[in-house]
Amino acid sequence: MSTLAVHDHGIVHHEEGHEHHHKQTFLNTYVFSQDHKMIAKQFLITGITMAFIGMTLSLLFRIQLAYPDKSFPLLETLLGRFAPGGRLSPDFYMSLVTIHGTIMVFFVLTAGLSGTFANLLIPLQIGARDMASPFVNMLSYWFFLLASVVMVSSFFVQKGPASGGWTIYPPLSALPKAMPGSGEGMTLWLISMVFFIASSLMGGINYISTVLNMRTKGMDLWKMPLTIWALFLTAVLGVLAFPVLVAGVVLLIFDRSFGTSFYLSDIVLNGQVQPFEGGSPILFQHLFWFLGHPEVYIIIMPAMGISSEILAVNSRKPIFGYHAMVYSLIGISVLSFIVWGHHMFVTGMNPFLGGVFMITTLIIAVPSAVKTFNWLATLWRGNIRFTPAMLFAIGLVSFFISGGLTGIFLGNAALDINLHDTYFVVAHFHLVMGSAAIFGMLAGVYHWFPKMFRRMMDERLGYLHFWITFIGAYLVFFPMHFMGLDGVPRRYYAFTEFESMKRWLTVNTFITWAAIMSGFAQVVFIFNFVYSIFFGKKATQNPWEANTLEWTTPVEHIHGNWPGEIPTVYRWPYDYSKPGHDGDFIPQTVPYSQTMTSNLPHDFEDNPAGLEEYNKWASANKINEQVK
Amino acid sequence: MMAQIQQEDKLNLGAKKFSMWIFILTSFMLFAAFTSGFIVYSGGRGHGLNVILPQAFKYSTAVIILSSITLLMASKAAKGLQFGKQRLYLWLTFFLGIAFFAIQIYAWYVLTYKMQVYFTNPNASRSFIYVFSGMHLLHVLAALLVLLSTIKGSYSNIPQVRNLFKMDMTSIFWHFLDIVWICLYVFLLLNQY
Repeated sequence: MSTLAVHDHGIVHHEEGHEHHHKQTFLNTYVFSQDHKMIAKQFLITGITMAFIGMTLSLLFRIQLAYPDKSFPLLETLLGRFAPGGRLSPDFYMSLVTIHGTIMVFFVLTAGLSGTFANLLIPLQIGARDMASPFVNMLSYWFFLLASVVMVSSFFVQKGPASGGWTIYPPLSALPKAMPGSGEGMTLWLISMVFFIASSLMGGINYISTVLNMRTKGMDLWKMPLTIWALFLTAVLGVLAFPVLVAGVVLLIFDRSFGTSFYLSDIVLNGQVQPFEGGSPILFQHLFWFLGHPEVYIIIMPAMGISSEILAVNSRKPIFGYHAMVYSLIGISVLSFIVWGHHMFVTGMNPFLGGVFMITTLIIAVPSAVKTFNWLATLWRGNIRFTPAMLFAIGLVSFFISGGLTGIFLGNAALDINLHDTYFVVAHFHLVMGSAAIFGMLAGVYHWFPKMFRRMMDERLGYLHFWITFIGAYLVFFPMHFMGLDGVPRRYYAFTEFESMKRWLTVNTFITWAAIMSGFAQVVFIFNFVYSIFFGKKATQNPWEANTLEWTTPVEHIHGNWPGEIPTVYRWPYDYSKPGHDGDFIPQTVPYSQTMTSNLPHDFEDNPAGLEEYNKWASANKINEQVK
Repeated sequence: MMAQIQQEDKLNLGAKKFSMWIFILTSFMLFAAFTSGFIVYSGGRGHGLNVILPQAFKYSTAVIILSSITLLMASKAAKGLQFGKQRLYLWLTFFLGIAFFAIQIYAWYVLTYKMQVYFTNPNASRSFIYVFSGMHLLHVLAALLVLLSTIKGSYSNIPQVRNLFKMDMTSIFWHFLDIVWICLYVFLLLNQY
């Protein structure tokens, strides 16, 4: 029934397309486009823009950390009252840290990453004409853009943007008078996040519905590329977790603006006792981290899926342990909902409960290790092509290992007493989800650039970008482990104020210069990206010799993706270097009847008729050999 | 039959209906989060509700259950191609929805002015009554708009496939909101003391 429907769909749509073409105008092609490929590009370019804003913010506060006593008149010229006398004000420093975190976590690595690749790859890799609801998909982008604009606009209000940290814990965030950033800046933050969550949910609902309902003929779940599995499970996490953040944020808005006391109790502000009574700030942390922890997997899982695909294509080998990769993604997804308490070990939580959260947290090491070993085994003795995308995918594996190891330290309730809110945490998550996820995203951009823009990115600039960023990221984040072990807390404005932290000033200077260096590498990337869109080498239909369906579409973008019928899928997506075949890849659309020499008995596990044919062919060919 | 499959598929109606179910899931998570928040709050702090809920909530519950029944009748009529009946029951459902809305507001009035149980309350368990019913009312508002669009559809001459599709979408949403309200009300009743 379902395959019948999909089949008919192809024909009907095709005919319709000829009958009345929509008139292509600038507005409906580039702005209010409902085509998933265009929406993907919109998400990507907005995401990259936000990434540059987020990165610039981080460079600003890195300058403050490296040179706390030095005055930079240029800063006052650029930032005005936020940098009186050429030094960042402490309040503005907090705002920078807060908005850097918010932008990177939500706007770049959630919307920029999932939004781009789910939109681009889901219809193309499962063989669908477009998303389940293209209109809602378009709305999803426009809500995201609106959220981005509102978030950035908070830099233009009198008292500056939100500054309570990206986790916006009350009471600081709930009392507009608590600090400058808790005023209008915080209000704008909340408005922006409401739009963002709406965008995320609309996108996620579409992705799930499309993957489950609109796969082409033959594309059963176990023939889907790992990118699709990852993006699908990511969407499931988002759909389950984001509503809980809404609940937390709604109650926070009531506390801020309506005088309720969900989170507030016993507050004395500027010597005045506030009327709030009986609230529990811990309640907010529970609601926030019930989203917050799945959120980090929402960030890393698409990057994992992208890397799995790129590693297999460029190693010219099947991905090692396809089923194990899927089950580990499912395992991570399930576990992500029962570990949120590890962010709250030091909130006075019952130590027994802490122990439970510790165990669930440490169990995540198992599926993570399965993935890591499978990636390494995929690379092992592969016929590796070191394209820029491949380098970034390998970079993800490296960051995931080195950042993941410190997760085992932090997951311990006892060790966390020491390490909580120190630079050790900063180092951990910037490696394991920051750098790893952004490398996954960059790998995806290099790999699918020809699909998006019909041209190739420059390889040499890609290599330059990779090596500077890779080395730079380690130089920035590795020393932070040692600062954290020494007890240096995160989010502090100037280390010179504390005797015990003064000795880390030189390290801070070093980190800042490493960060500036990595920042320059991103300029190389953006030049390469923009230049290649207009002047890059023309791409061929299947430049990486990959198996998945998106490379069977014509180079020219058409609405509906395939000019005729949607191709049928016969095999899994990882038939690279299959023994007995003359080429080193067999696309998913090639039936087994055309590859008799490379077929194996287990290719026909659920296909007795095929197995019979295979056996007949095999015995016939054996006879021929004997005759020879 | 064949034509119907093609028609349905061209518009991805099946996939869209599935999307509605996922939306229901997100909405379920939202209310699950609020009720969990209530449990964490009232359990952790020893703050019970200690309010006898206004009688109005009983009436609103009856009204919303009735509205679900009328919507079922409308669906049945639509499937039997009795469009006059379908419109009648849809309008009935719509007005029962408005009545539900009004009774909920009246319940707030009773809570605030008669019982002095304010939204701004040092015992946030009591604020939660307003949060539960308020967030539910927001959903009801959205559902009323969906209902209106279905009513509008039943007047313009849309294909029967689309008419049934609109009926299905409305029904899933409306019955879900009915069930959510019953759950929230029972939850509040169980935590009354």
